[in-house]
Amino acid sequence: MRLKITHTTEYSYAEPVSYSLQRLRLTPFTEPGQTVLNWETSVEGAKVEVGYEDHFANRVTLVSVMGDQIRMRIVASGEIETQDRAGVFGPHQSYIPLWLFQRDTPLTKRTKQIRDLAKSQSGDGVLAQMHNLMGAIHQAVAFEPGSTGTETTADEALTRGIGVCQDHAHIFIACARSVGLPARYVSGYLMMDDRIEQTATHAWAEAHLPGLGWVGFDAANDVCPDERYVRIATGLDYRDAAPISGLVHGAANETLTVALTVEQQGQSQSQS
Amino acid sequence: MMNADNTPRPPYTTYNEWYANQDRARLIAKSKEAENIFRKTGITFAVYGHADSAEKLIPFDLIPRIISAREWRRLAQGIEQRVLALNAFLDDIYHKQEIIKAGRIPRELIEKNDAFLPQMVGMRPPGGVYTHIVGTDIVRTGEDQFYVLEDNARTPSGVSYMLENRETMMQMFPELFYQNRVQPVENYPYLLRHSLAAVAPPGCEGKPRVAVLTPGIYNSAYYEHAFLADMMGVELVEGSDLRVIDGKVRMRTTRGYEAIDVLYRRVDDDYLDPLTFKPESALGIPGIMDVYRAGNITIANAPGTGICDDKAIYSYMPEIVEFYTGRKALLENVPTWRCSEPSSLQYVLDNLADLVVKEVHGSGGYGMLVGPTASKKERALFADKLKARPSNYIAQPTLSLSTVPIMVNKGIAPRHVDLRPYVLVSDKVQIIPGGLTRVALKAGSLVVNSSQGGGTKDTWVLED
Amino acid sequence: MLGRTANGLYWMFRYIERAENSARLVDAGLRMSLTRSHLGEDNWESVLQSSGVIDIYEQRYESATSADAVDFLLRETTNPSSVLSCIETARSNARMVRTALTRETWEAVNECYLDLKSMLARRVKAADLPEVIDAIKRKTGLIRGAFHGTMLRNDLFNFSRIGTFIERADNTARILDVKYYVLLPAVSQVGTAIDNVQWESILRSVSAHRSYGWVYEAEYKAANIADFLILNGRMPRSLAYCYDKINSNLGYLEREYGERHSAHETSVNTLKSLRNCSIKDVMDQGLHEYIETFITQNNRLSQEISDGYRFY
Repeated sequence: MRLKITHTTEYSYAEPVSYSLQRLRLTPFTEPGQTVLNWETSVEGAKVEVGYEDHFANRVTLVSVMGDQIRMRIVASGEIETQDRAGVFGPHQSYIPLWLFQRDTPLTKRTKQIRDLAKSQSGDGVLAQMHNLMGAIHQAVAFEPGSTGTETTADEALTRGIGVCQDHAHIFIACARSVGLPARYVSGYLMMDDRIEQTATHAWAEAHLPGLGWVGFDAANDVCPDERYVRIATGLDYRDAAPISGLVHGAANETLTVALTVEQQGQSQSQS
Repeated sequence: MMNADNTPRPPYTTYNEWYANQDRARLIAKSKEAENIFRKTGITFAVYGHADSAEKLIPFDLIPRIISAREWRRLAQGIEQRVLALNAFLDDIYHKQEIIKAGRIPRELIEKNDAFLPQMVGMRPPGGVYTHIVGTDIVRTGEDQFYVLEDNARTPSGVSYMLENRETMMQMFPELFYQNRVQPVENYPYLLRHSLAAVAPPGCEGKPRVAVLTPGIYNSAYYEHAFLADMMGVELVEGSDLRVIDGKVRMRTTRGYEAIDVLYRRVDDDYLDPLTFKPESALGIPGIMDVYRAGNITIANAPGTGICDDKAIYSYMPEIVEFYTGRKALLENVPTWRCSEPSSLQYVLDNLADLVVKEVHGSGGYGMLVGPTASKKERALFADKLKARPSNYIAQPTLSLSTVPIMVNKGIAPRHVDLRPYVLVSDKVQIIPGGLTRVALKAGSLVVNSSQGGGTKDTWVLED
Repeated sequence: MLGRTANGLYWMFRYIERAENSARLVDAGLRMSLTRSHLGEDNWESVLQSSGVIDIYEQRYESATSADAVDFLLRETTNPSSVLSCIETARSNARMVRTALTRETWEAVNECYLDLKSMLARRVKAADLPEVIDAIKRKTGLIRGAFHGTMLRNDLFNFSRIGTFIERADNTARILDVKYYVLLPAVSQVGTAIDNVQWESILRSVSAHRSYGWVYEAEYKAANIADFLILNGRMPRSLAYCYDKINSNLGYLEREYGERHSAHETSVNTLKSLRNCSIKDVMDQGLHEYIETFITQNNRLSQEISDGYRFY
């Protein structure tokens, strides 16, 4: 499937920002399941400082806002050719050791209810258990935009029973790790079937399974990623893979607006 | 200093003749003079947990410790081998981890270690050097018998004492330096600056600009930071002076922002970059890790070097040296029991009175037990701590350390010492002939840390 | 040179200057209470006012007795302008800019700090006061000597000098501001005992009672005293002298950096106004207003220097 994506993020500040740094992780790679046909990231009201590949092999761009800026606009856009691999990404490929993905992070602590939820999944083999886990999380936590924030932990979201895709991913990751599986957070784009304008970027989880390697699980939608999904960045949790993260000096009251379109190009290609 | 038959060991012969002819009252006066020089210069350190005595002097003993050229050569070869192995180990740990795959060290050693910085994975610093400045703590037990006590590969301190001790000795006893041919240490700042400049990022244009990063005047080693910056002729900067601008780390000067190519940082990893590590750190520079990964600055020592110098890794150093250099380690390790291993733990508990037990991640002599000098009660209390968290401790035998003489009220007396030579790594390895000799001032004591009442001495390496 | 280093040097020298000034105020105050005991509390109140610390003093003490006021000015840690506070702050700044100082200068500051800290560790007995005040003047003098004898005449030197003279101008102006009324023609009755006392006290506060005698033939006249402290270009604590120095040091910076800031304008204008006017003009304009305007301008200059040279 050929997807055309335009992702615009705009920050406006109530007062001028004396100095601010933002890390952008907005560059997809050509990798199993996706081929980048063209991609461009442009920044207005900010300056690109450096670009590099981080320890999770994500492409990161550090941008700064300096002087009396009151607005920063980031546009990432391009076209990606995707394939349905039934969620299977495949073997682990980077220097980052697999065991690192078994570590707890503050957002994905394996509390008792997390462990219990993971343990209670029956099924024939790990893959089946993970599918069941995905379904269970989907059932336990209702999707409700704006109900949680970037600091919400997996345990909190599970207790409250509501959350967004980030929370579903965190709960899945925490559960998978609690049964000894390496698991990671994936941020990216999803083309929802019924619309072009998407409300937000998407996030899901991947677990590393024997024989298969990394396999994606989108508990928010109760499906494994298919050709509608585009991977952008991975990490231990949201903090490592967030599309934009940063630090603002000065009492800037910031407003964030995101506009995202993901649409299918050339219908015929998706049928191949 | 003395042989068994009470004649001086060869390197001490000339000194001993001189000493025999000294007027004791003059030496005592000189000793006071030395203390005054230190106080006036402000060569002080801060002891944590002593608010009232914020700045203390480290006692200086004016009898030098003397090492022969021949002994030093052997030692230097061993240190060089070890330092090369440390850098190779760091490169491996942050890339393919072949030493783990080869089964030479257990994975848990790295996996369970907070000093392992994921942010360094896949990162090869400019020049391929991770630990640029190393202090290797060594003890001597007899002729040509040296043991490594620990490797300091993060930010070894104390080099300013090496330099000031020499300076003070030369001021007070110039005649000694005519009589003995002592190898120089004074050029250390020059060597350090050049060593740092030699590993500037490849994109650096013109002469590399070096700066020293300090946490500020309240840090215990602030004096040393200022001293080194001053002697190297480079800026001493704090986090608040620095900012990422135009892809480089730049310092705010009276004329605007100027780029830094090599940052000799004396700030711990955790505080280096609030955007990457502790967000509340005000000592660091937001975004410096991004600039680092993009290859636009050299950080010395590299973040994450702590993975090679903690006490649990230490016990594997013989394997590590052999794995990367293909040769047996020239310098011996002190035999070490890892309390994480049940059989070792049992041995340690059974022999607590003969062992020194240290925290795996501890430093500065805090939180350790010296079995032979501890009371029964202290040992019992420590045994409980050991049982509660065995993996937090290692134990070593108390070696029969050689002693050197120090001045005491009633003449001279033998005391235990260790030695920290300083090593600079760039495109080559340079070991400064000398180092910091730390001396336990209490009779019989084995603890030489300045925070625990240790003193220092000038260290002479003689020429052939 | 780091902006923070320039800032550190600037404040280090401001605080050394302030320490000396506080000691000098104590000296003058003691002298007054010695020879004119009838002045009592008024004397010390105006001394505390000149030091700009009367408000915090009154939070602590009910009345301005000699012993309390002296202690407050010499060693009170909550008083940022006490000699001890100033020396501590100066030394902290010196430690921060250690790499910019010669070994001699640093050692002089460190010794001054160590000695004064032990000398001022507890309340100074009245009998020991002359010795202590003398020591303060001598130790700070040694810093100045080491500094002048060993420092390279570069931008480091200029920022240090600017700090010294901004502080000194502020101190002199404050003394005038507190005592301006005794210099007004309307109230001053030539030759009355009370005025002589006040005038002498002003001159002593700036260590100028002897030099005044040489310049004005020992004739105490309000206009002469004002002239001496404000406009006389040869009197090292006068406003005109301070601005002459500030101006030349800013001039060096301008030439070295090839850069001119708003601070340069402010400084030139202030110097011009000090040079091109007579004491009669000042009195006609109103002494009080003149001094108040000066203090505001002086503070503004300090801010402009700090902005222009990126102190923060």
